Amino acid sequence: MSPTTPAAARRVLVTGASGMLGGAVAALLRSQGHHARTFQRRPTPGSGDEVLGSLANPADIARAVDSMDAVIHLAAKVSFTVPWEEFASTNIEGTKQLLAAAQHAAIADFVFVSSPSVAHFGEPLAGAPAGTADPERARGNYARSKAAAELYALGCNSGRFRVAAIRPHIVWGPGDTQLVERVLQRAAAGRLPLLDHGAALIDTTYIDNAAAAIVRGLERIEQAKGRALVVTNGEPRPVGELIAGICRAGGVPEPKFSVPGWLARGAGSVIERAWLAAGARGLVYDEPPMTRFLAEQLSTAHWFDQRETHRVLDWTPQVTIDEGLQRLAAHYGGTAG
Amino acid sequence: MIGEFPGLPAEYSRYLEVESSSLVDTPGSSYRWHVLDNGAQLQAAGIEPVGTLLCVHGNPTWSYLWRSLFAHASKNALPWRIIAVDQLDMGFSERTGLFRRLADRVNDLGDLTDALDLSGPVTTVGHDWGGIISLGWALAHQDQLASVVLTNTAVHPAGFKLPAALQLASHPAVHHWGTTSTAAFLRVTHSLANPALAPDVRAAFMAPYASAARRAGVGNFVADIPFAPEHPSRPALNRISSGIRDLKVPALLLWGPKDPVFSDRYLRDLLGRLPQAQVHRFEGAGHLLAEDRDIASPIFSWLSGPDQERHAAPRSTGGLDYQPMLAQLDARTEDHSPAVVDIFPARSLSWAQLGQRVNDMAKGLEHLGVKPGSRVSLLVPPGIELTTLIYACLRLGAVIVVADAGLGTKGLGRAIKGAGPQFLIGIQRALLGAKALNWPGTRISVQTLPPALAKTLSVRSSVPQLLAAGAAGKPAAGDFAPAAPDADAALLFTSGSTGPAKGVVYTHRQLAAMRDTLAHTYGLQAGSALVAGFAPFALLGPALGATSVTPDMDVTSPKTLSAAALADAAAAVDATVVFASPAALANVLATRDQLSARQRRALENVQLMLSAGAPIPPALADEVQQLTPNASVHTPYGMTEALGVTDIDLAGIRAAGSGNGVCVGTPVAGASISIAVLDEHGEPVLEPSTEPGVTGEILVSAPHVKDRYDRLWITQQHSAAIPGWHRTGDVGHLDEQGRLWVEGRLGHVLRTAAGPITPVRAENLAQAVPGAGRAALVPVGPAGTQSAVIVMETAPAAVKPGLAPAQLSAKVRSAVGAAGIEVAAVLVVPELPTDVRHNSKIDRAHLARWAQSALAGGRISKP
Repeated sequence: MSPTTPAAARRVLVTGASGMLGGAVAALLRSQGHHARTFQRRPTPGSGDEVLGSLANPADIARAVDSMDAVIHLAAKVSFTVPWEEFASTNIEGTKQLLAAAQHAAIADFVFVSSPSVAHFGEPLAGAPAGTADPERARGNYARSKAAAELYALGCNSGRFRVAAIRPHIVWGPGDTQLVERVLQRAAAGRLPLLDHGAALIDTTYIDNAAAAIVRGLERIEQAKGRALVVTNGEPRPVGELIAGICRAGGVPEPKFSVPGWLARGAGSVIERAWLAAGARGLVYDEPPMTRFLAEQLSTAHWFDQRETHRVLDWTPQVTIDEGLQRLAAHYGGTAG
Repeated sequence: MIGEFPGLPAEYSRYLEVESSSLVDTPGSSYRWHVLDNGAQLQAAGIEPVGTLLCVHGNPTWSYLWRSLFAHASKNALPWRIIAVDQLDMGFSERTGLFRRLADRVNDLGDLTDALDLSGPVTTVGHDWGGIISLGWALAHQDQLASVVLTNTAVHPAGFKLPAALQLASHPAVHHWGTTSTAAFLRVTHSLANPALAPDVRAAFMAPYASAARRAGVGNFVADIPFAPEHPSRPALNRISSGIRDLKVPALLLWGPKDPVFSDRYLRDLLGRLPQAQVHRFEGAGHLLAEDRDIASPIFSWLSGPDQERHAAPRSTGGLDYQPMLAQLDARTEDHSPAVVDIFPARSLSWAQLGQRVNDMAKGLEHLGVKPGSRVSLLVPPGIELTTLIYACLRLGAVIVVADAGLGTKGLGRAIKGAGPQFLIGIQRALLGAKALNWPGTRISVQTLPPALAKTLSVRSSVPQLLAAGAAGKPAAGDFAPAAPDADAALLFTSGSTGPAKGVVYTHRQLAAMRDTLAHTYGLQAGSALVAGFAPFALLGPALGATSVTPDMDVTSPKTLSAAALADAAAAVDATVVFASPAALANVLATRDQLSARQRRALENVQLMLSAGAPIPPALADEVQQLTPNASVHTPYGMTEALGVTDIDLAGIRAAGSGNGVCVGTPVAGASISIAVLDEHGEPVLEPSTEPGVTGEILVSAPHVKDRYDRLWITQQHSAAIPGWHRTGDVGHLDEQGRLWVEGRLGHVLRTAAGPITPVRAENLAQAVPGAGRAALVPVGPAGTQSAVIVMETAPAAVKPGLAPAQLSAKVRSAVGAAGIEVAAVLVVPELPTDVRHNSKIDRAHLARWAQSALAGGRISKP
C-alpha cells in the first residue's frame, strides 16, 4: 500500500498487537502514514502510542478508544486448555465491551478479525464460501466464542458505525509461535506425525498478506461493511507438503510417519480433556500435543473461494507461498524449495 | 384448492363442475373436477398465452406429476397456459362410483375442455395410460391440435403382451387386492423412480389415494387395459392407435428406457405410427420420467423451436458429386481381381464375386422382410462376411447398426436396445447375448446352426440360407431401387468414454462423402490395396474401389495385432496402405523382432500408414516410420460424428513441436474448422470464430458430418446449436498457419477463479518431467473457483496412490507453472483409468472425483 495523504491518515486502535498478526497490522498502518495505537496487557518495545490494559476493564477500554476514529480488533484467547468461561469472557464479552466503547466514542469504523473456523463444522471444505458464523455448530471453544463475537459485531453494523469481519486462515510467517515454531519443535523432537499422509488440501495465509488484507478491510469498509470475508493466500496445498516445506525452511527433518486421521481426532479428544483436567489442577501450563480441533484442521480439506474477498477488498495477495517459505528459510537458516 | 405439496404451489389448484356427456353416466350428471391451471397467474402477469398444454396423467398418479412444467414456465415467464387434469375417479377429482372405460375417459376430457372453453392451439402431453387418452382427445379435436408430447406410454393393441408386473396386477386373483384394497400398486409404481422419490414427494403422490374407496379408480384403470382382443375397450384403443397414423402434427416422445411396463418396444411402435416424431431417450431414467429427469426444459424448448419439420434442409455436399456407396462394386462386375481378402480363415473374393454375393444377400434379406429404413444390427467381426452384409444392407436401403464389442457387454446391450433394430445378424456368441439379454430384432445367425440351437436362440435364418434363397433369383444391381441419398444409411456409436454410448446416424450421402474425403485427403485410388486394421475406415474399402485385407487379429482388441500378422496381410495383397490404431501399432512395434526378411519387405512396400482412433504419440510415430521406411505416416483427428476432421503427418508433427495442446494438423478435404470461444466461465460463446490462438470448443462443418444423434433430440439440439456446425465437445484453438491444436474435452475444462484452463498442455509438461508417466490435469472444488491437480503415473510405477514425493511435486509444479497454470497438488497412482474401447482415453471425470476425495482428507482409495 502506498502512503496515504495526510488528509486520509487515520487514527486506528489495534488490539492484540503483541501477537504476530496484530504487530504486523500496526506496523503496516504506521508505514502507510496512519496513526496506530496499540492496546495490550504488557508493554511492547518500540510500539509508539500504546495503551496498556485489559478487555475486561471498561476504564482501560475507554482510554484506548479515546480520540481514535477506527478500531481493528485482533485480541482474543486462543488457548486450547482453558475452560469455556475464559473464552466467553475475553472473546465475546471483551468484544462487546470494545464495540460499545467504540460506538460511545463515536468511532466510525470497526474491523473484527475473526477466523474461518466460525463457519467450519468438521466437514471437508473445498472452494467453500465464507459461510455464516454459527456458535452452535462451530468446533471447539475458540471457534464457538469467535463465532458468537462475530455475529454480535456484524449485528452492530449500521449507517453510522461500519463493521466488517476479516477471517484470515492459518496465518504463518517468521517468528510465528502458533504454527511454525510448534511444527519445528515437534519435528525436531521426532514427534510430528502426518495425518492420513498429509493429503488434505488446505489454505494458509502468509503473514504479510493477512496483515495487508486486514488493513485493506478498513480502507474498503464501505464495500466490506456487514460482511465476513475469508482471507487466504489462494494457493491451497496438501497439508503434508506445507509442513514439509516449513520443516525444510526451519532446517529440521520432515515428518516421516503418518497416523490415520480418525485415530488422531479420537486421541485429540482424549488428550484435550486430560490436559484440561490437568490444567485445572495446576499440573500443566503448556498446550496439549494434539487436540481434536487441531487434528481436524490437519486431516480435512479446508480451502476457500476467494473471489468475493478479492472483489470486495479490490486486493490480491502479494507474497506467494514459495516466497513465504524462502523468507522463512532466511529467518531460520533452513532451505526453501 | 388442495393444500401445498412439495414443488407445487397451491395457487394453481382449482375445482370446477363439469356436466358429463359420457355414455357411462346418466344424462345430466355432473362431476367436480380438480385441475392445475396457470391461467390466472398468466393473466396477473399480463402474459398472453400462445397456446395451451393439456397434460394428462396415467395410473396411479395425478396432476402433481406435471408440477415441473408449471415451475419452469413460471420461472421463465413463458407464454404458455398449462392445464393438468386429475381424471375422474383419480387424484382430487370426484369419485363417480362407476367403471369408466377408455372411451368414457376420452369423452370426459372433451367435456372438461369444453367447460374450460379452451381456445387457441393445444398441445397434448400424456404419460402412461394418460398418453392414450390424450391422443384420443387429440384425434377428436384436430382443429385445435397443435402438437403432441408423450412420455412412457403405449397405444399398441396387436401382439400386446402385458408385462409381468401388469399381468399380475390385472389378474382376477390379485387385481382387487393389489390395486384397490391395498396401496400395493401405488407403492410399486412410486418405487420405479430413479433415483428414489423423496419421502415428501412420495407422500404427495399417495395423498389422493388414502383409502380403498379413494382407490377404486386405480383398480378400474388396470381392469380397463384391453390386452385381450375381446376386451370392451379394445375398439376404442384400435381407433386411437390406427387414427394417430393420420396425425401430421409435430410430436415429441420423451422416454425413460428403464421402464418395466412401457419399454422400448412401445417407443418403437409409436415411432412407426408417428414417424415425424422427435425422440429423446434418457438413458438410466424409468417409468416416472417426469420425476427422474428435467422434461420441462426440452418440452418448452421444442415448443418454441423451429422443429416441427423432421429433417433440416440437406446440407451442402461440398461441391462433390454424389456417387452411391455401391458405385465401384457395380462398375466392376467383370473384374476378377481380388476385392476382399481374409487372412484367417484364409479366403478371398474378386470384385465380381463380391458384387454377386452382395446382391444375393440383399435379395435374401429382402425375402426375410428387410425393407428400406429397416434397422439391421450387425454383430459380426470385420472381414468378408461383415463387408458383404454392410453392402447388402446399403443396397436395400436398410440401415446398418454397427455397435462393436469394444463397448463392453453392458454398453453394447444399451446401444442395441436404444437403436431398436428390426433385425439382428450375429455370430453365435452375439446371439447368445441377444437371447440372454433380450436384445430386440429378428435374429439371423452368421453360420447355419443346428435346428435345436437355432430354436433355443430364437434364430430365424442364417447367412448361408439367405444367400442361397437370394441367389436362386440371380439378382443384379438393377433389381434393386437405389437408396434415397438422404435416407438413413448407418448408425454408429460413440465410444461411451463420456457417458453412455450415443447412436450417430449417417445418410447415404454422408457416408459417400466420408469415402470421398478419405480418397481426396490421402489420394486413395481405385485399385490400391489396404490393410484394414481399424474398423470404421476399413469398411470403406469396397466403396473406394480398393482391395482390402483383414489381418489375423481380434479387431475389437487392437492390442492383438502383431507385426507378423500385419506384414502377412500386407504381403497378401501387396498393400500400399495400412489403417491401424495407436494401440495396435504399439503392439506391432513390440513384436517387430519376430519379422522375417520377407515380412519386412512387405512392410517396406507400404506408402501410407494411417493411425486413427486417438492421437499418435510422436515417439511412437518415429518408430512406426522406421518400420515402414517408405510410408508417409499420417494421423487423422476425428470422432464418431465426423470420422475425419483434420490430418497431420509425421513431418507436420515434428514441425509443430510443442504448444498448447496436441497439433492435429489442417482440415481434411471438404471440412472447415472454427472455434466457439470460451468465455470467462469456460462456457462456449455460440458463434464460430477463426481467430488464431483463441481457445474454445472445436466446431466442424463438412459433408461427412453426422446427420443427427439417434433418439437423442436434446443432445442433437445441443450439438447443432450453431447453425451449419457440429459442436465436437473438444476444446482447442487454431494457430496462425491454420493448424488445429486439441486441448482436451470441454467437459474437462477447469473453471478456476482466473478463468478456464484446458488440460492437455499442462499434461504434456508434466509428462516431460523425468520419472513421469502419463499425467492428467483435473479440477477439484466448485466451478468458478476450482484448483488444478495433476494425477500421474510414474516410472517405476507407484505402489499405491497418494501424494507425489516432494521432489517430483516441486518439479511438476514448476514445469506446469511455466505455462501459467498453478498446481495445488500432485498425486501419483499406479495406473490411470482409461476407456474400454481405445484403452487410451483417460477418464478425467472419474479422476477428478477421486482427486477431490483423496484431497479431502481421510484414507486414499484407488482411483
